[in-house]
Amino acid sequence: MNEKHSQPRRAVDFDRLNRAWYIDKAVQLLVFIGGISAVIFIIGIFVFITKEGLGFVIGDFSFSEFFFSQNWRPTSEKQTTYGILALIAGTASVTGLAMLIAIPFSLGTAIYIAEFATGKTREYLKITVELLAAIPSVVWGFIGLTMMNPLIIDLFDVPVGLSVLNAGIILGLMAAPIMTSIAEDALKAVPDRYREAAEALGATRWQVIFKVVLPAAKNGLLGAVLLGVGRGFGETMAVLMATGHSINIPGSIFDSVRALTATIAAELGETAVGSQHYQALFTIGISLFVITFIINLIADLIIRDVSKG
Amino acid sequence: MVVPDSQVEVMTSTATPIKLGVKNLSIKYGQETALDNISLDIHEHEIFGIIGPANAGKTSFLKAINRMDVFNPEMQVDGLIEFSGHDISKVRNVYGLRSRIGVVFPLPVGLPLSVYDNVALAPRLSGENNKAELNVIVERCLRRAALWDEVKDRLDSLGSLLSGGQQQRLTIARALSQEPELLMLDEFSIAVDPVTTMRIEEVLKELKQEMTIILVTNLVQQARRLADRTAFFLDGKCLDIGITEDLFTGEVSDPRTRDYVEGRFG
Repeated sequence: MNEKHSQPRRAVDFDRLNRAWYIDKAVQLLVFIGGISAVIFIIGIFVFITKEGLGFVIGDFSFSEFFFSQNWRPTSEKQTTYGILALIAGTASVTGLAMLIAIPFSLGTAIYIAEFATGKTREYLKITVELLAAIPSVVWGFIGLTMMNPLIIDLFDVPVGLSVLNAGIILGLMAAPIMTSIAEDALKAVPDRYREAAEALGATRWQVIFKVVLPAAKNGLLGAVLLGVGRGFGETMAVLMATGHSINIPGSIFDSVRALTATIAAELGETAVGSQHYQALFTIGISLFVITFIINLIADLIIRDVSKG
Repeated sequence: MVVPDSQVEVMTSTATPIKLGVKNLSIKYGQETALDNISLDIHEHEIFGIIGPANAGKTSFLKAINRMDVFNPEMQVDGLIEFSGHDISKVRNVYGLRSRIGVVFPLPVGLPLSVYDNVALAPRLSGENNKAELNVIVERCLRRAALWDEVKDRLDSLGSLLSGGQQQRLTIARALSQEPELLMLDEFSIAVDPVTTMRIEEVLKELKQEMTIILVTNLVQQARRLADRTAFFLDGKCLDIGITEDLFTGEVSDPRTRDYVEGRFG
């Protein structure tokens, strides 16, 4: 067959491994190393945290006391107990309230910016939202401590204004801008031809958004919400300042609570390295790590399920 | 090579060498069979038409030739494809292979670059940076794709902002800019108006002098106008292959071919 070809020269040299080919291989290797190193760093961090907390986990650790006791008394002389139930409840209640506030706000803003606002309005809104996202968390905590606190005391006639309500509002306002940004990107990524196709059927603006745009952007919106949840779990400074930092399983939104992260931040500096208290704090770190991992896993499963259906 | 009797005459009557030899080609996506044991030869400087209804495996056929399976683990290609006598499954540098093959997809893809940069992309990728040389290539390719007169005054505007039909001609110009040995057109006229389609068809007839063309088309009359030989694909099988006119008036090896070309299908 071969001898019949009229252009043997061109035909052979297309398979030369040229410079572009080598560059391509090198870049592929580089990207691979980059990707792998991210995984290695995460594993490294996990190993470090686990190592620091390990003495506690295999030593005096009692699973039921740690997770189901609400007594966190690391410095008690008589009876030292390490129970984080109240801390988990504190973190969960604050995050839950924050999401109740942040989700409608951020979704509404994102829909307005992406679907309705035009020209200058749109630009200014986007800049404002990005500005809000840049406010440091200690400033938010400051607002919670000095503005929200007296406001809540006056408004609801309660003795303390540092509570789930205070921290939830602060955290909700903190998480909303970044959630808005992500949600807006997700909505903008929906191709215009989807909107045009729906509009051609006589769908109203709201019908187009509700029936076509939101379902198409589902995964991105879910990502935005989960980012907010992650933010809520991980936020430390603002929560430390606005919750009141007292160990409590909240009975109402006016109760003071204490968060997992705030506990680590407030106590780690005062413990002796390697002491039981120190190791217990690292075990909280492991718990936070595991909780975040589970949230991400659930999100992943939901997204996979959504894209299948 | 074992060929059915009806094909022997066709193959021996053409003296030109074989550009693309396909032998026992099967393509699967997971469990789904897209193409089932296809064998055919495409000669140099011919326009080879492929007709057939949706889902016949026409596009998969083109993808296999361009080694698109490399980045698609789902796609499984069996059989032998020889490009200029070289087994393409043994090609180490698939990018080199692809740079010899031009592809035009059914829906126009104007890259988000200027019209000029769209057409100059392939020459630049292969190292051509001489401005004067690029100007010549861009004008020649745009002229051939019957687009030059419409865009010559706005070569700097975004290619992705052209109308659908213009973008499709831009895509053709881009494919030509890499001076392919083999040009594969996948239902190129879907987004193009009839007048422009005719102009492009005239261009294709001229291009045949320089390259081999595979024309996948939904329009049987387009295949009749352009293709020297034509294959009829149905449900992943090649039911007929021969001189194009024979599919319409001569003897066909499968009665369904005649039904299809005469529009009595289904």
